[in-house]
Amino acid sequence: MTSRIVILAVVARPLYLVILLASVWVLLRGHDEPGGGFIGGLMAVSATILWAVAHGTAAARARLPLGDALWPAVIGLLLAALSGVPGLLGGGAYLTHLWWTLALGPAELKLSTVLLFDIGVYLAVWGALAGYALALLAVDERDQPGGAP
Amino acid sequence: MSALATAPAIVPLAAAALVTVVRSRPALQQAVAVVGILVLLACALALLAQVLTGETLVVAFGGWPAPMAIEFVVDRTAAALVVITALMGAAAIVFLASDADVGNGHPLLLPLLFGVLAGAGGAFVTGDLFNLYVWFEVMLICALGLLAIGGRVDQLDASFKYLALNLLGTLLLLFAVAAVYGVTGHLNFAALAAAAPAVAPGLWLAVLTLLTLAFLVKAGAFPVYAWLPASYHTLPAPVLALVAGLLTKVGIYAVLRTLGDVFSPAPGVLHELLGWVAAATMLFGVLGAAYHWDMRRILAFHIISQVGYILLGIALASAAGYAATLFYTLHHIIVKANLFLIAAIIWRLTGSYDLRRIGGLYVARPWMTLLLLIPALSLVGIPPLSGFWAKLLLLEEAIGQGRVVWTVVALVVSVLTLYSMMKIWMEAFWKRHPDPDWQPPVNTRLGPAWAATVGLAGVTVWISLYPQALLVYAQAAAATLGGR
Repeated sequence: MTSRIVILAVVARPLYLVILLASVWVLLRGHDEPGGGFIGGLMAVSATILWAVAHGTAAARARLPLGDALWPAVIGLLLAALSGVPGLLGGGAYLTHLWWTLALGPAELKLSTVLLFDIGVYLAVWGALAGYALALLAVDERDQPGGAP
Repeated sequence: MSALATAPAIVPLAAAALVTVVRSRPALQQAVAVVGILVLLACALALLAQVLTGETLVVAFGGWPAPMAIEFVVDRTAAALVVITALMGAAAIVFLASDADVGNGHPLLLPLLFGVLAGAGGAFVTGDLFNLYVWFEVMLICALGLLAIGGRVDQLDASFKYLALNLLGTLLLLFAVAAVYGVTGHLNFAALAAAAPAVAPGLWLAVLTLLTLAFLVKAGAFPVYAWLPASYHTLPAPVLALVAGLLTKVGIYAVLRTLGDVFSPAPGVLHELLGWVAAATMLFGVLGAAYHWDMRRILAFHIISQVGYILLGIALASAAGYAATLFYTLHHIIVKANLFLIAAIIWRLTGSYDLRRIGGLYVARPWMTLLLLIPALSLVGIPPLSGFWAKLLLLEEAIGQGRVVWTVVALVVSVLTLYSMMKIWMEAFWKRHPDPDWQPPVNTRLGPAWAATVGLAGVTVWISLYPQALLVYAQAAAATLGGR
């Protein structure tokens, strides 16, 4: 920890949470407004990179879903691929999306296979690009004293 | 069953995810990879059977109406290239089970390999310009991962060169796609074909030049090929064979699809320019090869040289030229991949890729000469091998159009190609091994390597002896191009 910046390490904790929440918000608003899984995923990657710069790549990796970059990538890819199947089974083209509306008292909740697809993209982008970024940052860490081994 | 048209991209993507899940168990991962590639091959053959009936498969994702939807369109051209993609994937995965320069069995090698296959498959079948860009990006990211996973300094050096030069191409491509969208308002191929004639000719020429230049970077054409020999030689052999055989051909396919099909007839000056680029690519590629002694670098330069031949077919701007391009591409992917694989076997038997440090294989493995000579002489274009038919088709059309200079360049380059192939044969097979105590290693696991190379040589021999089937197919495929 000696070579790291104290202010960054302190600020990283709240910022990490804020960025992740913002990325989820961008993911969810993607239905009707600019946003979606890809952009949201990229924002989540920036949170991971922030944590890696502040606390090292090993700590950043441990904070990823399931503690590794590959799992979110794989689960996201499978989720996105499978989200197209219900439409196919219903007789439409692949990735024909289905919508359901849940009435919750005054509000209503829109659920859809699009959301599954977007969450899949979000996880895939987050996992895959965070994996690349952490691997690249780790190359640098090897050379500096106080960095992770 | 139009959903089948999604298979070239979806099957390798699903396989990539599954081999990542089981990555901690190498034997299981290998088994899943074999199943994945067999499923892809089966889907590709099913697609081929469909297009052979004269049908073009179209699937619009999400059931959106025509100009909005991202479409996958499988015609004869696309189907043939998907089959060859699956075949190359199969050869590479079989070869990985041997011990001839296959790397250190990194658990992410197979996922990234399937990623490359997904990118190529998607690029071959997509009917949407932006989607084509996305598949190029998928290929770039996965190929970059493959280059970097060893983590050695020379590999990182190669990945950096690959990344820097390819990002330039990618950025150009993105600009070009945006420009096309800006002047036509469409990205869908069919809609673009309809909208193109309304654009002002000067503007249209500028936009198409930008687009073609971007694809030429990806194809490794003169003068933007520097990334290819700078990066390829650090890959494990089977990955190299797949990447080298396939990736530049996706760039060529994109040129063919845009200039020869979607935007046909493209401005004549662009085809003229492409012809000179093709001639220069042939010449500079083969001259680069003559200079080198590392087999992988020699072969990498020959990719560039052969890209020139294939581009020449597109430059001729006729159905016969496009048929020659398709025939040449299919023949060349097989031959080139096979040469890289055989070079890896030579490496395993003699201990080096450097021709100055090896030799004596003719005494140790006499029949291996035949295995080398089938793809090597086919690359040169010696009759009756497949390369001869490919060059015959191409030059017949070039002479028919009175393109004397291009024809002469192509013939001279053939002679220089023969020189390179003979260099490999003379140095690796004919001369004695520089180390007098050298014996071929005994504890090798080359069975899968022989299976992959002999299998690919078999396909080459089949094309050589029975070119009519492929020729008729290529001509039928070319006849449908530009008919939007």
